[in-house]
Amino acid sequence: MTTRPHTLFTKVWDAHVVRPATAEAPALFYVDLHLIHEVTSPQAFTVLRERGLRVRRPERTLATMDHSTPTTPPGSDGLVPVADPERRRQIGRLAENCAEFGIRLYPMGSERRGIVHVIAPELGLTQPGMTVACGDSHTSTHGAFGALAFGIGTSEVAHVLATQCLLQERPKTLAVEVSGRLAPGVTAKDLILGVIGQIGTSGATGYVIEYRGPAIRALSMEQRMTVCNMSIEAGARAGMIAPDDTTFEYIAGRPFAPQGAAWDRAVAHWRTLPTDDDATFDRAVHFDASALEPMITYGTNPGMVIPIRGAVPDPAGRPAVDKALRYMGIEPGRPLMGRPVDVVFIGSCTNARLSDLRQAAQVFRGRHVPAGVRVLIVPGSQQVKREAEAEGLDRIFLDAGAEWRESGCSMCIAMNGDLVPPGAYAVSTSNRNFEGRQGPLARTLLVSPLTAAAAAVTGRITDPRELLA
Amino acid sequence: MTRDPIRLVTGRSVVLRAADIDTDQIIPARFLTGTTRDGLGGRLFADWRYRADGAPIADFALNRPEARGATVLVAGDNFGCGSSREHAVWALADYGFRAVVSTRFADIFRSNALKNGLLPVALDAASHARFAAAGGGEVTVDLEAQTVRLPDGFEAPFAIEPFAKYCLLHGVDELEFLLRGEAAIAAYESAPGGWRP
Repeated sequence: MTTRPHTLFTKVWDAHVVRPATAEAPALFYVDLHLIHEVTSPQAFTVLRERGLRVRRPERTLATMDHSTPTTPPGSDGLVPVADPERRRQIGRLAENCAEFGIRLYPMGSERRGIVHVIAPELGLTQPGMTVACGDSHTSTHGAFGALAFGIGTSEVAHVLATQCLLQERPKTLAVEVSGRLAPGVTAKDLILGVIGQIGTSGATGYVIEYRGPAIRALSMEQRMTVCNMSIEAGARAGMIAPDDTTFEYIAGRPFAPQGAAWDRAVAHWRTLPTDDDATFDRAVHFDASALEPMITYGTNPGMVIPIRGAVPDPAGRPAVDKALRYMGIEPGRPLMGRPVDVVFIGSCTNARLSDLRQAAQVFRGRHVPAGVRVLIVPGSQQVKREAEAEGLDRIFLDAGAEWRESGCSMCIAMNGDLVPPGAYAVSTSNRNFEGRQGPLARTLLVSPLTAAAAAVTGRITDPRELLA
Repeated sequence: MTRDPIRLVTGRSVVLRAADIDTDQIIPARFLTGTTRDGLGGRLFADWRYRADGAPIADFALNRPEARGATVLVAGDNFGCGSSREHAVWALADYGFRAVVSTRFADIFRSNALKNGLLPVALDAASHARFAAAGGGEVTVDLEAQTVRLPDGFEAPFAIEPFAKYCLLHGVDELEFLLRGEAAIAAYESAPGGWRP
């Protein structure tokens, strides 16, 4: 089939070119799975209505509600009340649009609802070799399965709804080769923060990353999702990891996974996807996982990151760092360790899966959140919530004095009412520490679930390895 | 459906020197709860423009008297990084910007801008410095020639995808173009061979 060596990316790309690029127009590119949510889809449905168009492939489209949904407990009707009228209208509009255009929706009250990038994998919808698009930049998460998955704007949401296709310029390829192995107490989140710190927030702009090497192969699927999730924070169009037995074991038996003979055919196909031995990339960077420590951001983008015991760098000659430190109220030259924190958020499409909550619970067990610290734990999906509760993780969190919520994006994007107060320091397992991301004038420090849990139970920035038995 | 063709953007500039201006700064997430594209200009850079009590922050570039009516934004490197929200482009356009000059644009922002007639003009660092230094002055973006110039005659070239350029120059809508690919899409969907999910 393939006559010259190919990368994982080129195999998936080539299989989805409906019409090749010409001198005049980019490639017409097919989208296998289109995920939509309430915030970036309403204006796209308006375009369809204005032009009298239908959704071309409703069965390849899945809708959920996650960004502006409250995480407070359900009322007596089993539904979470949405107090804000504008959010209520937006959530209602998604339900109307899905009903009118025949799209499967997991609405408020559905046991399958959750953050879009958590539910599609857990339902078995995300599969190797697929193309996945969603009006959300963290669509890169699905690349963990060897899918080519990327965020699109609302105009392109309309394009996919109407034609199942996009016009795409072919990105370049970047190999991120990760050698070694993560030390105890060091997680996939620390790994991706380390990579972004090395290549910078625009270091992969124009590229699709393939994460490779023994440290990547050793990661679980949930850890791989954490890594691919933050590809966009390095500017990448997408991040991918070659599918292997870890991938297949994760998918097998999930509600939308292929069954029986179809499963065998699927796995046989998926095994052809990994990058050929002699394939080349447009660029490559190397990273040693063994040398990595728990990481924490000090500034206002995810590339401003240091090892937990390191000192905040001197901004001399770097106006962006100077501006960031002034916003953060942090002095250079000193470590962040020991600084008091106001809020801890454990959640988001980066770190709210069951294994993330299990890691956090390891630190919470038998400890208590000090007075004056607010700890919000928001599972990535209703399924994650149920699984965590079945294991008793909710009791560990509640006994420690943390809040245990309904699933959603919550304080990561802070558009549902879950806010960090102005000036407060929030240690967060989410993906963005931009100015005001978690609320106007909020100051975010991005970390792993272990480091977040350590901050929660000590009230200070703490090396989680000190608390792990 | 067509759009107004764009050939030339001429207007006063305003400079935001910061690098890595992300889409959360351009339009904070709490303003994404609407269901239309309209009215976002008032929220553009909301947390840089306004204090919590709603009073304008006088020394923010967009609030200075000379910035009034500016149509070209000159910003630092890696403009539009972060979230995919097209609201960022809608807010810039609704405010009145027709072009953004930077040294690099985030991929999704760039794609969104091109679909809304907001010209992303990426220059080399030296040329960019000239436009940043000339803040407030007139800037002319010539899409057809792919150049951007200052009144003193300084001119710099910029790159743009040929298809996007064609669409902007002729007011062609990408969705219309995609819909004309129906036969190819149908053939692709029904093609035998290969495992497809």
